[in-house]
Amino acid sequence: MSVKIALAGNPNSGKTTIFNALTGSSQHVGNWPGVTVEKKDGRLKGKPDVVIQDLPGIYSLSPYTLEEVVTRNYLVAEKPDTIINIVDASNLERNLYLTTQLLELGIPVVIALNMMDIVRKRGDKIDVSKLQDQLRCPVVETSAVSGDGLQQLINQACELAQLGKASQPQIVFSQRLEKTLAQVGDLLETAGVLKRPELKRWLAVKLFERDEKLLAELHLSDTVRQRLEKMTAECEAELDDDSESIITNERYEYISRLLQQAAKKTLPTGQLSLSDKIDKVVTNRLLALPIFAAVMFVIYYVSITTVGGLLTDWANDGVFGDGWHLFGIGSGAYEAAAEIDPDADPAEFGVWVPGIPVVLENLLAAVNCADWLQSLVLDGIVAGVGAVLGFLPQMMMLFIFLAILEDCGYMARVAFIMDRIFRRFGLSGKSFIPMLVATGCGVPGVMATRTIEKEADRKIAIVTTTFMPCGAKLPIIALIAGALFAESGWVAPICYFIGIAAIIVSGIILKKMRFFAGDPAPFVMELPSYHLPQVKSVLLTMWDRSQSFVKKAGTIILLSTIVIWALSSYNFSMQPTETQDSMLADIGRTVAPVFAPLGWGDQWEAAVGTVTGLIAKENVVSTFGSLYAGLDEVSEDGNEFWAVVAAKYTPLAAFSFMLFNLLCAPCFAAIGAIRREMGSLRWTAFAVGYQCALAYASAMVFYQIGILLNGGTFGLLSAFSLALLAVFLWLLLRPEPKASQNKIQTVFES
Amino acid sequence: MRTLADVRPGESVTVLRLQGQGPVKRRIMDMGITKGTFITVRKLAPLGDPLEINLRNYELSLRKEDAKMIEVE
Repeated sequence: MSVKIALAGNPNSGKTTIFNALTGSSQHVGNWPGVTVEKKDGRLKGKPDVVIQDLPGIYSLSPYTLEEVVTRNYLVAEKPDTIINIVDASNLERNLYLTTQLLELGIPVVIALNMMDIVRKRGDKIDVSKLQDQLRCPVVETSAVSGDGLQQLINQACELAQLGKASQPQIVFSQRLEKTLAQVGDLLETAGVLKRPELKRWLAVKLFERDEKLLAELHLSDTVRQRLEKMTAECEAELDDDSESIITNERYEYISRLLQQAAKKTLPTGQLSLSDKIDKVVTNRLLALPIFAAVMFVIYYVSITTVGGLLTDWANDGVFGDGWHLFGIGSGAYEAAAEIDPDADPAEFGVWVPGIPVVLENLLAAVNCADWLQSLVLDGIVAGVGAVLGFLPQMMMLFIFLAILEDCGYMARVAFIMDRIFRRFGLSGKSFIPMLVATGCGVPGVMATRTIEKEADRKIAIVTTTFMPCGAKLPIIALIAGALFAESGWVAPICYFIGIAAIIVSGIILKKMRFFAGDPAPFVMELPSYHLPQVKSVLLTMWDRSQSFVKKAGTIILLSTIVIWALSSYNFSMQPTETQDSMLADIGRTVAPVFAPLGWGDQWEAAVGTVTGLIAKENVVSTFGSLYAGLDEVSEDGNEFWAVVAAKYTPLAAFSFMLFNLLCAPCFAAIGAIRREMGSLRWTAFAVGYQCALAYASAMVFYQIGILLNGGTFGLLSAFSLALLAVFLWLLLRPEPKASQNKIQTVFES
Repeated sequence: MRTLADVRPGESVTVLRLQGQGPVKRRIMDMGITKGTFITVRKLAPLGDPLEINLRNYELSLRKEDAKMIEVE
């Protein structure tokens, strides 16, 4: 018989640590259906028939934010056998606010009084038995970091699950309020809406609050609604406040009374804790930004440039290339020999491990494998898998760092510091990190948007993060800069500037669109106490994210690589050919005119390049090398064929091409990451569609206006481009549509 | 009428009442800012906004435009 235990609690209460401790590696991570909210569940270690469902960190069960609604719906519809409510004991007042609401749901609750070690260190005292008596549910002291109390916690939870007795709501509001709530409850009973009697209290409170979601779900008759409204209004008149405020106030008042009896503080309020002292420096007016810049630099340097970069090179050139020396044994000797004789064979030095392509090639040759199959395996599958796994080391490092930052509490400070700039552009303060990470690789950049709380901001960030030039786009920039702009030093910075501008501008435009008006909730964010990040939880997070990347994005990349391999190796009669006569080239030639307004419609090679760029942006350069110069291998910036490129493109057209590739849909790995974070195909399609539309429009407007400014004739395209520009400016500068704040009132007017 | 947005860093005040309605007000109340709550303004962010306040034993970041909805004394 399977037991379902739900974990609920505030963000930063240690819920994730406890979840990890209870489930170990049996976790399964996804999204709640159709939304960008992460869903985690797992099996209890040692008792696989007990399912532990992690719920989003929430402060309350209001109907206003996605996380709260997802949680409420789960608790009411799925009815878990027990709820473990994780409460941060060092922050008891606010944490108990959620507790009072959980206790109304008619599901047995066990409270995990977490972070007791901090409480003891402070010298504060909590009378656990008093709490238990008042709240009428078991309270177990835990310290998730050390593992104390966890066994007891889970035993209690399982016991309660077996007993199957609903918790009795014990929160006693004021007499006047209790009277109204009783009236509402009775009204619901007689109206026959009370399908589950244990939910009476929950429904009474919520309907008193005029909870719009429940009102919509319950289909109350007009008479019932009117009576309900009358009861509510009477109480509001007497207590001189609106119903939501009445409930909230009384909850906190109850908690204050409770804590007066059950808790004692030794630290006088106003004195600075250790976290406060750290913040004196970290969010200091003068030091905050430099410190942030330094932190970002270190992260970047280590994950992309040094360690991550090294590992990626090892993966790309070693494991998926010719081979590598085990632990570097022999590489020194080989390098010395190679200086004298460039054809020296590295395999003769030290311990040489041949790369996978080499091994496979030999293997396939040994079994006399058909040529096409060999090509499929080596150029298709291995190349595709290599593309995915080549990213992995850098990404794992980035994930580790991001997990550390999030875990220790610094991320919240970043949002605090950057908020003012970012909110102007429809972005959250936390949007900054994904942008920064995306300059290395868009995949972890997109994944980093997970930390953004507001759903609308999160979606916008997911759509715009890949506008930043990632490491793979640099070769394209280098190619264009080298071939047409005499390697000028300003090309690359301009591209970064374009990326930033695209993000900012998109943020503004998208925020003004209706379906991004999103949660009307204000930006209110807790700054949790700093604490040492937990090694286990950091590694688990990193592992989980890497795994999901490899699985989800990997499948897409693999499939698309194979498809493109097929398209580029065969012509339409299914005969093997050179790339210029292949299906891909034919498709390229057909599609190329689409890009004529952008200035490079006569170059079908460009269309093909753009498509191969979808697998990995670096492919644009190698595709050009193959198509323009028949080269099998090219240097990173394609300098071997700069002359050819210079002959075929005008500077304007080349820049337009670069612009298009910078902004259009990112590589398949990144699209896979977008799919993962958006949680829906529809939104992924929107994201990719928007990016391509922006890329196309920008490149076209740029090219057409460029032509005009260079003395070209004014034609249909020029007119169209100017019109587009006008539309764009309107989208950017129009006033913000009013958010619908009066939704609650309108429900009652029906 | 004095609001939380007018309070200078280091000062402590008590909440008189909350303006606004619906989700915005609810969120602020959910986080513990209710009538009679004792709040200390810790600091302003380096760029001038948001505010960091201390209440009910924890630290909260709040934008000035939302702080304007909180009447204090």
